[in-house]
Amino acid sequence: MHADAVVIGAGIHGCSAALHLGRAGISSIVLEQAYPGRHASGVNAGGVRRLGRHPAEIPLSVAAMGFWLNMEDFLGQDCGFRRTGQVKVAEDESEMERLRQRVAQLRSLGFTHEEIIDQDELKHLVPAVSGHCVGAIVCRDDGYALPFQTVTAFRKGAEAAGAQFKAGCRVDKLVRRGSIWQVQTSRLMIEAPILVNCSGAWAGGIAEQLDEPVPVSVEAPMLMISERVAPFCNPVVGATGRPLSFKQFENGTVLIGGGHRGQADPARQETQLDMGGLAFSARTAQEIFPCMRNVRVLRCWAGIEAVMPDGIPVIGPSAKFPDTFHAFGFSAHGFQLGPITGQIIAHLAVQSETSLPIEAFSIGRFLE
Amino acid sequence: MFRRIPRRDDEESRSLVTIFIEGKPIQVPTGEMVAAAVLASGLGWVRSTPVSGAPRMPYCLMGVCFECLMEIDGVPNSQACMTRVREGMRVERQAGVRPLSEV
Amino acid sequence: MEDKRYDLAIIGAGPAGMAAASSAAGFGLRCLVIDEQPRPGGQIYRDTGHSPLANPDLLGPDYREGEVLAAEFGKAQMEYLSGAAVWHVDADGVVGLSREGRAWSVAARYILVATGAMERPCPIPGWTLPGVMTAGAGQILLKTSAMIPDGPIVLAGSGPLLFLVAWQYLNAGAEIVGFVETTSRANYLSALPFLPKALGAAEYLFKGLGYMKALRKARVPVFKGVADLRVEGDSKLEAISFSVGGKNKRIGCDTLLLHQGVVPNVQITRALGCEHIWDIRQVCWRPRLDDWGRTDSEKIYVAGDGGGIGGAAVAQIQGRLATLEIARHLNIIETAERDRLAAPHRVAMARHLRIRPFLDLLYRPTEVMRCPSDETIVCRCEEVTAGDIRSMVRMGCLGPNQTKSFGRPGMGPCQGRLCGLTVSEVIAAERGLPTAEVGYYRIRPPIKPITLGELAAFDAPEGKQK
Ligand SMILES: Cc1cc2nc3c(=O)[nH]c(=O)nc-3n(C[C@H](O)[C@H](O)[C@H](O)COP(=O)(O)OP(=O)(O)OC[C@H]3O[C@@H](n4cnc5c(N)ncnc54)[C@H](O)[C@@H]3O)c2cc1C
Ligand SMILES: Cc1cc2nc3c(=O)[nH]c(=O)nc-3n(C[C@H](O)[C@H](O)[C@H](O)COP(=O)(O)OP(=O)(O)OC[C@H]3O[C@@H](n4cnc5c(N)ncnc54)[C@H](O)[C@@H]3O)c2cc1C
Ligand code: FES
Repeated sequence: MHADAVVIGAGIHGCSAALHLGRAGISSIVLEQAYPGRHASGVNAGGVRRLGRHPAEIPLSVAAMGFWLNMEDFLGQDCGFRRTGQVKVAEDESEMERLRQRVAQLRSLGFTHEEIIDQDELKHLVPAVSGHCVGAIVCRDDGYALPFQTVTAFRKGAEAAGAQFKAGCRVDKLVRRGSIWQVQTSRLMIEAPILVNCSGAWAGGIAEQLDEPVPVSVEAPMLMISERVAPFCNPVVGATGRPLSFKQFENGTVLIGGGHRGQADPARQETQLDMGGLAFSARTAQEIFPCMRNVRVLRCWAGIEAVMPDGIPVIGPSAKFPDTFHAFGFSAHGFQLGPITGQIIAHLAVQSETSLPIEAFSIGRFLE
Repeated sequence: MFRRIPRRDDEESRSLVTIFIEGKPIQVPTGEMVAAAVLASGLGWVRSTPVSGAPRMPYCLMGVCFECLMEIDGVPNSQACMTRVREGMRVERQAGVRPLSEV
Repeated sequence: MEDKRYDLAIIGAGPAGMAAASSAAGFGLRCLVIDEQPRPGGQIYRDTGHSPLANPDLLGPDYREGEVLAAEFGKAQMEYLSGAAVWHVDADGVVGLSREGRAWSVAARYILVATGAMERPCPIPGWTLPGVMTAGAGQILLKTSAMIPDGPIVLAGSGPLLFLVAWQYLNAGAEIVGFVETTSRANYLSALPFLPKALGAAEYLFKGLGYMKALRKARVPVFKGVADLRVEGDSKLEAISFSVGGKNKRIGCDTLLLHQGVVPNVQITRALGCEHIWDIRQVCWRPRLDDWGRTDSEKIYVAGDGGGIGGAAVAQIQGRLATLEIARHLNIIETAERDRLAAPHRVAMARHLRIRPFLDLLYRPTEVMRCPSDETIVCRCEEVTAGDIRSMVRMGCLGPNQTKSFGRPGMGPCQGRLCGLTVSEVIAAERGLPTAEVGYYRIRPPIKPITLGELAAFDAPEGKQK
């Protein structure tokens, strides 16, 4: 089979790349070992945030927000996106000081999306928050979306733009024939001049085949979800001194995540939970939301995610081969960036440049 | 609605406690399942669903279906078929999605 | 360092768990038995020895047999934790428990999952209405609370337990106005070749014939081979309607007890990631086990109906066999001794199992029970219909795990227990694939809902011992 481009991986980034490539007139075949959205992109917490991003990511994140706020126009559906705002609480004065410095730093860089709020306004935005929280940063246009629905919408958008998806099709070997990539998979052989590596937690193996070994580690962030509870919390809430991600969906269920990881088994595409780590997240959630004490947890799960040593992704051209691109290593916060990375890849493929600053994400930073 | 049939005539089986179902005091055997007490009390439904508001009653009585969710001593979504009556226990119906609670 | 773990943790104190605990105690194992019910007995012997009934004999002789087993269990040297629900088990032998609002964990070198069966879901239009419950539920109320429905009752469905409950209800003076059997006539033909074998365990057949005779004697209207079962009523059950012999029939009633046989409760073995097999004859999933009940996870064993439906006598034997093998691994007995002790159990088990192929084929659920009409609610918690599942498949949903992202089946408080089988079968039928290929929900802990507060206070054992 032939196409202009082969995309490895049908997560949010692979689907978005195929969609933007297709809309730019470049046909692609997306190869997925499982099914689209099976991994990180379909099972994540759905947080759509600019809040708290690494400075290098902010321009991309702000640009991505433009898509999220207009998803209806862009994809014909909203992907479950709700502009609820995201709040990061400070649990004491020293944390509050850190937040103030953060906002001052962003102002100096010219960004105004993060705003400091005091205890009164925090109480007003999040009435259920524990009284010990002294203030917060708010990012009012942030929110959340529904991950699997989002991946599905991007996949359908890509298909409408001419992309083909091959599920249950694992890329085993990449062979360079002149200016063409021969991609050998578990059941098909594909040829294309352009190659895009969006293979998430498995991207290290693909990069190695491209002679670009990178120190990507594979982690299994965990989440838990509760029974339905009458609405009590509108924004997505995080904390400053300890990891927390807390949101209530419209159906009443509450999703809680934290920094602790389970165990990932990327070869078998499975994860194991660490109940001790989940207990830690439960403690954090309960201390910041004491009203959650007798709400029942119904399910816990984990996703498999690629994490880079510096916590920011690899996005951009291969250092070794022309017409070859990477977008992986999103380090547990890549969902929100999905809409923009695809556009960056398409711009690079079509015009060899992008207007967004992506130097910080170059794969070269890990190569000699 | 369920009715009681003759019970063993010994102390274990004769001992009673008072519980309040929707505020109404009733006497039931010590150690009985809350769901059984509720079925015998003639309450027509124990909860209405958070999705459509449809009324429901206990279905399996062995802890697998979660149809018997009620507010028991202030704790919403308690499984009435897995909870035993206690003296003074308050058992309330639950309409729709559970509230947060103070307990 | 001293190993503080239990030698064996047994989850479930039904026939399988009680028998296993008694023999484990006999080998001197440090054994912990956990059950979420307040008393030992399991489903068949619920509250055995403590039933409040003035006349427990109305339940039949089988129920009284539980007293013998419970007495042996009561005397055994072991720890028994009642009223404690297991919400997590890991492959290293750590068990997460919850009791009266507190969660903690215990560790054991081996785990025996003896969590038994649950009734197969009976998705028919209207099955969520107040007034409808399972036959097993009706039986539990009789056994443990000495109560029966007031007013007219209909029992509908299929399987030996439906007959047993009808008989027990008649003994208790209940007003049964209809016994409605969905068993298809074709099943009689497919089961017939297994009748000679079943005669090897003829006591089961005689019991069944006795129940049928009692129904006739009490002049209960019996309908066989019925179809189009449907519950009528707006906000509560008013009547059951069905078609039989080309005619439509409607019976007004206050209580409807449904039953379609029992299926293994696989929640724990699923959460452990053990391999499961789709059992074509019993039309359900069961964990893959070796001859001693060991799963593909080294320390995890299963005994009783949780490993495939065999009934209470088989459950006890399996409990004892698993204990023999565990005692051998703990170097308490040699292989030869294990086999010598197992031999009589194996003979008895083979005899009891002679009845199974006949029962399984005779009471095989009908197609519409497995794949109900579009209007029928499949997921009771989230109110998802069979039609919804079919339209998800048309939208590209490939298996049960994806339905959760398309709709919300399986995501309510019952955690998929009441819809899992149906969702897999509907998807398989819709896609024209075997159910085995479509698979089942990925089950994750907690396998019983626990509060955030309980989880927050949970101390996971640090530095698990290998
Ligand atoms: C539990 C959890 C919570 C998270 N919460 C958030 C959040 O709230 N907000 C946020 O912005 N981000 C969040 N993230 C991060 C976010 O989900 C990821 O950064 C993002 O989804 C990564 O997308 P991806 O397309 O790179 O990877 P994936 O979604 O993993 O997609 C990669 C795909 O490539 C396929 N693949 C890999 N190798 C091959 C091969 N050789 N052949 C064929 N196919 C292959 C895989 O099967 C996979 O489907 C979270 C992540 C997790 C796990
Ligand atoms: C409702 C019902 C009624 C039945 N009645 C009869 C009958 O009258 N006659 C008959 O021959 N057969 C009956 N059966 C069939 C019966 O299941 C078996 O014959 C027999 O009880 C199987 O024994 P077991 O030890 O495998 O499991 P069970 O007897 O089912 O015992 C399993 C035990 O595990 C406990 N358990 C399950 N999950 C957990 C958990 N997560 N944490 C803690 N404890 C747990 C349960 O409380 C239960 O006590 C009935 C089945 C059901 C479902
Ligand atoms: S009645 Fe089924 S869980 Fe209580």
